[in-house]
Amino acid sequence: MSELKEIVLNYVKKEYLDEDDDREVTYSTPLISGGIVDSFSMVSLKRFLETKYKIQIPDAKATPEAFDTVDNIAVLLKEFGKE
Amino acid sequence: MALSKEKRSILQGELSGLREAGLFKEERIICAPQDSEIEVVFPAGASEKRVINMCANNYLGLSSHPDVLEAARKGLDHRGYGMSSVRFICGTQDIHKQLEAKLTEFLGTEDTILFPSCMDANCGVFEAVLTDQDVMIADRLVHASIVDGMRLAKAQQDTYKHSNMEHLEEKLQLHQDKRLRLIITDGNFSMDGDLAELDKIVELAEKYDAMVFVDDSHASGFIGRTGRGTHEHCGVVGKIDIITTTLGKALGGASGGCVSGRREIVELCRQKARPYLFSNTIAPVVVSGALAVLDLISRSTERRDKLERNTQFWRQGLIEAGFILKEGETPIVPVMLFNAKLSQDFAKDLYEEGVYAVGFFFPVVPKGQARIRTQLSAAHEQHHLEKALAAFIKVGKKYEILHKSKDEIIGRYGN
Repeated sequence: MSELKEIVLNYVKKEYLDEDDDREVTYSTPLISGGIVDSFSMVSLKRFLETKYKIQIPDAKATPEAFDTVDNIAVLLKEFGKE
Repeated sequence: MALSKEKRSILQGELSGLREAGLFKEERIICAPQDSEIEVVFPAGASEKRVINMCANNYLGLSSHPDVLEAARKGLDHRGYGMSSVRFICGTQDIHKQLEAKLTEFLGTEDTILFPSCMDANCGVFEAVLTDQDVMIADRLVHASIVDGMRLAKAQQDTYKHSNMEHLEEKLQLHQDKRLRLIITDGNFSMDGDLAELDKIVELAEKYDAMVFVDDSHASGFIGRTGRGTHEHCGVVGKIDIITTTLGKALGGASGGCVSGRREIVELCRQKARPYLFSNTIAPVVVSGALAVLDLISRSTERRDKLERNTQFWRQGLIEAGFILKEGETPIVPVMLFNAKLSQDFAKDLYEEGVYAVGFFFPVVPKGQARIRTQLSAAHEQHHLEKALAAFIKVGKKYEILHKSKDEIIGRYGN
């Protein structure tokens, strides 16, 4: 599980933070409600998860709440048997 | 009664939620033509107050220009008030075709199609041109109307970090398997006033066989040596595949927008773009005014040159006074305050001093980046800017933010 979280966390940092952005992002940092990822750019994160873990996340499950923290994303991925 | 008490309370709950979140918007009533000085009633019921307008998109000061008014009056006399039809039934006049031709010439493109607004242009163009085999790759700070338009299209979506060419290149590499790749950006980003690096974007588009879309609403008429827009500023006239822009800002400020670009793209919009197909186009009176605007600014660069001088004076004055600005060269000049409440209090105090400017905060801008966005106009005279600058300095002293660093302001007010 922690390896999966680390992979997702690294992707989030690389994809959404600028090089000079010194905000600390952890497994529990609010990504969407915290203004790091907006609903418009969330699609790259969804595509990354689908490609990396070879799954299809239905739009009904790809909610801002489900994607709001790395912890939440790990819970979502667990539903697809990925830990 | 169709709307029961219970149903009404649901809607009232939604409104209360907006109020509690600080997102409730209120209109200020202007009792004068749009100009550098206006009469405003705010809050409702207050007496009229004359203020210097630092928040209009009236960049060239043409919203109430006598030549534009005269042309609009003649248009009303000769072509009537309304069309009562969409374009392809009986809603196209000779002046609509003239305006499309003039915009094509002005923007240096192949063809142009008018839309009721640029919001409509942005909501119609992607769905009309792209399919599910294609991808749209957008800068993360594009205007909300582009976001909405992308959501209506079947093409895949992706985004890149704001003006980050390395990230854009990665995304272009990632999507090489798609039929068409469309890079999407604003020309002048409306919240920060920074320009897209269209020369670099075009270079990447050529390298990775992609098309380029630019919304130049905050640039058409004044960015570039002759005001053609961001593509002129960056030396890539003729290389942008799709330009959308508005007649509702610098170009007379009334209403209307367009898609201008490759003739096949414009033709696809004529055949398939829903806001074009299912709503009336721009009213004859506005078309006539817009034709006069394009004549005026094609004859002389006097107004965009004055706007440039005003912008330089304003930026320099604020920097010397000790304010923190978003760097840039455009007439969108954000004065950074970082804290949301401070931005609202600051705007209120400015209004008391006779200066009308608006504070923006999350979610309109990122958290911790609240600001007062000021916008210059060619209608501003030196005395307007001197008075507005004095008001900014007075209010800045009151809150003790002059010559303070970002950390010092955040340390005092929070972010």
